[in-house]
Amino acid sequence: MFYREAGQFKTSYKADQAVFPIFQDRVFVAIWLLIGFVVVPMLANEYVFRAIFIPVIIMALAAIGLNLLVGYCGQVSLGSGAFMAVGAYAAYNFMIRIPELNPLICFLLGGLSATVVGVIFGIPSLRIKGFYLAVATLALQFFTDWTFSRIDWFTNYTPSGSIAVQPVAVWGFIFDSPIRKYFLCLTVLLIFTIIAKNLVRGRIGRAWMATRDMDVAAEIIGIRPIYAKLSAFAVSSFFIGVAGALWAFVHLGSWEPLAFDINLSFSILFMVIIGGLGSIVGGMLGATFITLLPLFLNQLPIWLGINMSTAMVSHLEYMIFGALIIFFLAVEPLGLARIWQITKEKLRLWPFPH
Amino acid sequence: MNETDRKLGPTILKAENISLAFGGVKALTDISFEVKEHEILAIIGPNGAGKSSMLNVINGVYHPNAGSVTYKGNVRQRMKPHEAATQGIARTFQNIALFKGMSVLDNIMTGRTLKMNAGFLAQCLYVGRARNEEIEHRKKVEEIIDFLQIQSIRKTPVGRLPYGLQKRVELGRALAAEPTLLLLDEPMAGMNIEEKEDMSRFILDVNDEFGTTIVLIEHDMGVVMDLSDRIVVLDYGKKIGDGTPSDIRNNKAVIDAYLGVSD
Ligand SMILES: Nc1ncnc2c1ncn2[C@@H]1O[C@H](COP(=O)(O)OP(=O)(O)OP(=O)(O)O)[C@@H](O)[C@H]1O
Ligand SMILES: [Mg+2]
Repeated sequence: MFYREAGQFKTSYKADQAVFPIFQDRVFVAIWLLIGFVVVPMLANEYVFRAIFIPVIIMALAAIGLNLLVGYCGQVSLGSGAFMAVGAYAAYNFMIRIPELNPLICFLLGGLSATVVGVIFGIPSLRIKGFYLAVATLALQFFTDWTFSRIDWFTNYTPSGSIAVQPVAVWGFIFDSPIRKYFLCLTVLLIFTIIAKNLVRGRIGRAWMATRDMDVAAEIIGIRPIYAKLSAFAVSSFFIGVAGALWAFVHLGSWEPLAFDINLSFSILFMVIIGGLGSIVGGMLGATFITLLPLFLNQLPIWLGINMSTAMVSHLEYMIFGALIIFFLAVEPLGLARIWQITKEKLRLWPFPH
Repeated sequence: MNETDRKLGPTILKAENISLAFGGVKALTDISFEVKEHEILAIIGPNGAGKSSMLNVINGVYHPNAGSVTYKGNVRQRMKPHEAATQGIARTFQNIALFKGMSVLDNIMTGRTLKMNAGFLAQCLYVGRARNEEIEHRKKVEEIIDFLQIQSIRKTPVGRLPYGLQKRVELGRALAAEPTLLLLDEPMAGMNIEEKEDMSRFILDVNDEFGTTIVLIEHDMGVVMDLSDRIVVLDYGKKIGDGTPSDIRNNKAVIDAYLGVSD
C-alpha cells in the first residue's frame, strides 16, 4: 500500500483534526497496536520482556512526560529522576499505610504527589529560564535523594533503607509474570499516550508551545505564563511520577534511593533529545534507543569475536552517547522522530520525488 | 481621505500625560491623545521616537512612570498584557513574534485561546466541550485564513515562511481574538509594493467589516496618508503633531522634524 494523501480530501474540519488524518497513518497505528498486544506476547520470552520491553515501555512513559515539559513548553528540567522517586515512594507509602487501596489507585496517587512537587518546583520557572532553571530542578534531585535516604519514615524504617514489594495485585489478579507486567505497562502507556496526544493538539498544548516559542507574544494573546508553565510542570510530573511507581513496583520490585539518582534524570533527558523534542513518538523512540544501546554494545564484541573488558564497553557507551547527543543537538534537534517523519514524507512522494 | 463618510464612535482609548523612561532614556514624555471607536490612527515619527513604547504602554507590556490610560471608560495605571487581551486589545510586533515551531493554523488558533474554555479533563480525553470547541473555532480560523488568502500554507510551520507572509499570519493571529482595538507595529515594514497594497487592503477591510479600531505605526508616508483618519507624530518621545493627514502635511513642526527629511 502506498503512503499518501492524494484522494483523501477532508470534507470537514472534524476529519482534518483527527489525531491521524491520513488513512495510512491509522493503519500504521493499528499495526503497531497489533504488534504490541498480540505479536510480541506470542513471540517474546521472559528475558526479553524483563530486559527490554518492560523498561522501554516505562521509560517511554517518563520520556513522554518530560517531553511535554521540555519539548512542548520549553522548560528545561533535570529533575525527572526526582519525580520518579516521588511517584515511587509516595505510591509505596499510600500502599502500606492504606492497605485497602487498589494498587493502581496508589500509582495514580504517586503521580499526583509528583504533580504537587512538580508545581512547587516549577514556580522558579516563572522567574528564570534555561540553564538557571535546569540548576533549580537539579536542586530537587539532590533534595529527594537526601529525603528518601535520610528520612526513615518514607522507607517505613526498613533497616537497610531499601524497599522490597510484592507483585502488584489488582482485584485478586496478580501481575507476577513478565508477560502480565508487560500488558499492564503497555496498557498504561497506551492510555497516557492518548492523553498526551489530546493535550498537545488542543488549547493547553498550544499554550505550552506558544510559551516555548515566544513568551511575550503568548502573554499578549492572553496566555498567562504562570498557567502555561505550571500546568506543564503538573502534567509532566504526573506522567513521570506514575512511570516512577511502575518502575519501582513492576520493573524493579525492590529498590533503594540510588535507583532514582541524577543518572536517571540524564537518561530521560537524553531520550527526549535523541527521540525528538516536541514529539510524542519521539519519547518512545528515544526510550527504545537509549535502553537498547547498552544491551547492543554489550553484545557487539561477542558477535564480532572481539575481547573487550566491561569497563571498556561502558566507556564506549558514554562516548557514543556523548557523540549522539552532540549530533542531535547540532544537526537534528528534532531527533529520531524527525528522521522518522522525513522517511514518511519520502515515502509519500515515492517513487516520484518531484 | 474618508474621514467624512466614516462613522466614528465615542472615545475608546485615551492616553493622558504618559511618561516613560528607561534609566536615563526618556522614551515618552507627557504624551496625551485619544482614539475614537472605528478610527484608524497612525503614530509616526523618526527611529527611536517612542512609537513602539507607546503601543507597549497601551497593552500593558510597559508600565508608564506617570500618566494613565483609559480604555472603554476604565482608567488604569498598571495592567498585565493578558489583562489587556481579555479586554479586547490585540497586537502585532515590529519584529515578528510568531510561534516559530507551530503551523500557521496553530498560530492563528492560539489567537483564540481566550475564547475557549473546555475543562482540563475534557481536553485530556478530547471529548465534549473540548472537541466541539476545537471544531467550532477551527471554522472561525478558516474564515480568517480565507480572508487573508493564506489557504495554501495553513499547515506550514511559520518559521519556513517568507517575511511578508509571516507578517500576514501575525495579523491573522491578532484578528483571531476578534479584538475591539488592534495595535499594529509597522505591519508593512520590509514589504514590496504589492505586499504593502495587500496589507493596506486587509487593514481597511478589517476596519470596515468588523468595525475594529486600529492604531498603527508606519514609516511609509504614502501608506499612512492613505490609511489613517488621524495621525499622531512623535519625536524624541514628545508629541509634536496630532491631526488629520492634511493637517499633518501642513504642520510646520512636523515638516521640520520629520517630513522635511524624506521630502
Ligand atoms: N526595553 C527597553 N529598554 C531600554 N530602552 C528602551 C526599551 N524600549 C525602548 N527603549 C528606548 O526607548 C526609545 C524609544 O524606543 P521605541 O522602540 O519606542 O522607538 P520607535 O519609535 O518604535 O523606533 P523605531 O522606529 O526604530 O521602531 C529608544 O531610545 C529605545 O532605545
Ligand atoms: Mg518601533
